[in-house]
Amino acid sequence: MMTDILKNNRLTRRFAKLASENRAGLVIYIAASDPDAETSAKLLAGLPGAGADIIELGMPFTDPMADGPAIQRAALRALKAGACMDHTLAQVRGFRETDTETPIVLMGYYNPIDSYGVERFAKDAAQAGVDGVIVVDVPPEEADELQPPLLAQGIAFICLATPTSDDARLPQILKYAGGFLYYVSILGITGTATAAADAVEAAVKRIKRHTQLPVAVGFGIKTPDNAAAIARVADAAVVGSAVIDKLAACLDDQGKAKPELVPTALAFVADLAKGVRGARK
Amino acid sequence: MTSILTNSFAKGPDENGHFGPYGGRFVAETLMPLVLEVEKAFDAAKDDPAFQAELSRYLAHFVGRPSPLYFAERLTQACGGAKIYFKREDLNHTGAHKVNNCIGQILLAKRMGKTRIIAETGAGQHGVATATVCALFGLPCVVYMGAVDIARQQPNVFRMKLLGAEVRPVTSGAATLKDAMNEAMRDWVANVEDTYYLIGTVAGPHPYPVMVRDFQKIIGEEAKAQMQTMEGRLPDTLIAAVGGGSNAMGLFYPFLDEPTVKIVGVEAAGKGTETEEHAASLGKGRSGVLHGSRTYLLQNQDGQITEAYSISAGLDYPGVGPEHAWLKDAGRIDYVAITDDEALDAFHRTTRLEGIIPALESSHAIAQALKVAGSLPADHILLVSLSGRGDKDVNTVAQAMGTEL
Repeated sequence: MMTDILKNNRLTRRFAKLASENRAGLVIYIAASDPDAETSAKLLAGLPGAGADIIELGMPFTDPMADGPAIQRAALRALKAGACMDHTLAQVRGFRETDTETPIVLMGYYNPIDSYGVERFAKDAAQAGVDGVIVVDVPPEEADELQPPLLAQGIAFICLATPTSDDARLPQILKYAGGFLYYVSILGITGTATAAADAVEAAVKRIKRHTQLPVAVGFGIKTPDNAAAIARVADAAVVGSAVIDKLAACLDDQGKAKPELVPTALAFVADLAKGVRGARK
Repeated sequence: MTSILTNSFAKGPDENGHFGPYGGRFVAETLMPLVLEVEKAFDAAKDDPAFQAELSRYLAHFVGRPSPLYFAERLTQACGGAKIYFKREDLNHTGAHKVNNCIGQILLAKRMGKTRIIAETGAGQHGVATATVCALFGLPCVVYMGAVDIARQQPNVFRMKLLGAEVRPVTSGAATLKDAMNEAMRDWVANVEDTYYLIGTVAGPHPYPVMVRDFQKIIGEEAKAQMQTMEGRLPDTLIAAVGGGSNAMGLFYPFLDEPTVKIVGVEAAGKGTETEEHAASLGKGRSGVLHGSRTYLLQNQDGQITEAYSISAGLDYPGVGPEHAWLKDAGRIDYVAITDDEALDAFHRTTRLEGIIPALESSHAIAQALKVAGSLPADHILLVSLSGRGDKDVNTVAQAMGTEL
């Protein structure tokens, strides 16, 4: 019945389209309002054109425990620029004025959602045009307070699986998972080590024995070649920190965006997309 | 969700680690299997007489337990009211209650076959206690400590290094305890196979809050028996300082179901709870999720965690253990707040009148006792947790007095 509710979800449709094109998708992560609301909105609007198939928009949080330095700094820059849940949702609404097809997944930590109110968040996020939500610090053990309200609004609760999620653990995760399964390919935080492609391939095969859901792989994918290697064995490759690094290299001494920020970041996304799209040819 | 029996305050948490709406296991999926493994190992150890015997042996011969219960006669006279007793956790090896928990958890880590220990520390007391037990058991130890705390707690940093620990400065965020805890969790996620995270207070994901409480409840169990010997009855009021809340839970827990005993937790009011600079998460915060559990947090209206402040580095944390959150809502414990100035005053009076230099954390609890003792009858017994000694704080106190050391 979860699949029924999510039948018309943009994520479901997008993965069906990717499958029909026999290619993997490229998922790009940026943080909302990083380095400021206006630049972030421009970047977001440019991502589909540069080749992002799905967008993860980070909800900035003061204490991003599962993130490495690149995304930690992105969150702090965004908060300094006034990021808050209202602005994040407004950014999604703005994006939807011109793009009604590219799926948007909000990613972050639970406290800002809890503070906003779970029911209110689910409703407002759905109205803004959000398709999925990833909350790093809500494992299946705590998901009963978050997954049902999201699903009731047609939003996929996207679960994480990791190298520590063994065959006994996976069914517990999959009980709550919708949209796609996000496989964290390394033991560690974002933007650090890179997993070996054959290890990822084995893990994806193992996961596929448990579920029909598409599997996206993330953490440690830094180059078009990395992305291509993942695209050969998984349904999507997620790149976050490496994009943020490109963005951060285009900040001036005051931390303000230089004019080349958006084109530089989008050019990198286009390179990643080329890698992903050519992977299975 | 909750199955805590309402006829007892001592039955929590439920099987999922919930104290009413608080607690739980809000951690990244990578950590979940490990958190479940810690729980399983702790449950098995708890019921294993061999584990308990080894723990008791180290507590007696290494830590120096039982710690004395001491009648603070001169402070009592000075206040002219209730009798003030101190539970002397400052006399433990390493100078605070923290070591009770460290001995318990390192025995558990050994039992689980873990070969590397990580910890977070604020004031450095938990870091020193962890480095101490790691030296004792020959395990490598990495302690995460905020760069700001490193600067104000130099003697403890050096002690940890002498004991063989690696102290890693944390510069993210405000560079204090909360950020040290974030960094320790990042290390843990990357090293789940061999690493044990030795959390120093009754916070973090289940089973840590209940486990740390169980390793600390010896404070209250001893005090209860000692009070019986000295006064032939229960105390009337318990007072302890609450940062994360481990010494307080340790003292309070064995008394929760004694309806005649009033219990008071003391948070740090810093420069005043009406200012922005305090650490009163129970008094001024609201429910939220951080570092693995739902509890009271200092946060802004958007759910961003705000910085705590206290002159005492050990109370300088924007959250609090989930069991405290539950006991506050249940009305079993009163939580009050004491300012920097009141704590400093209590520090000086205890030092001059009793010949005991208390930790600034403990000085908050003593200040509350001094505040109420005079208005209580002479047969009222106040039992105060003197959770640590103040040698580590002399630089901070000198600075507050405008004295150069």
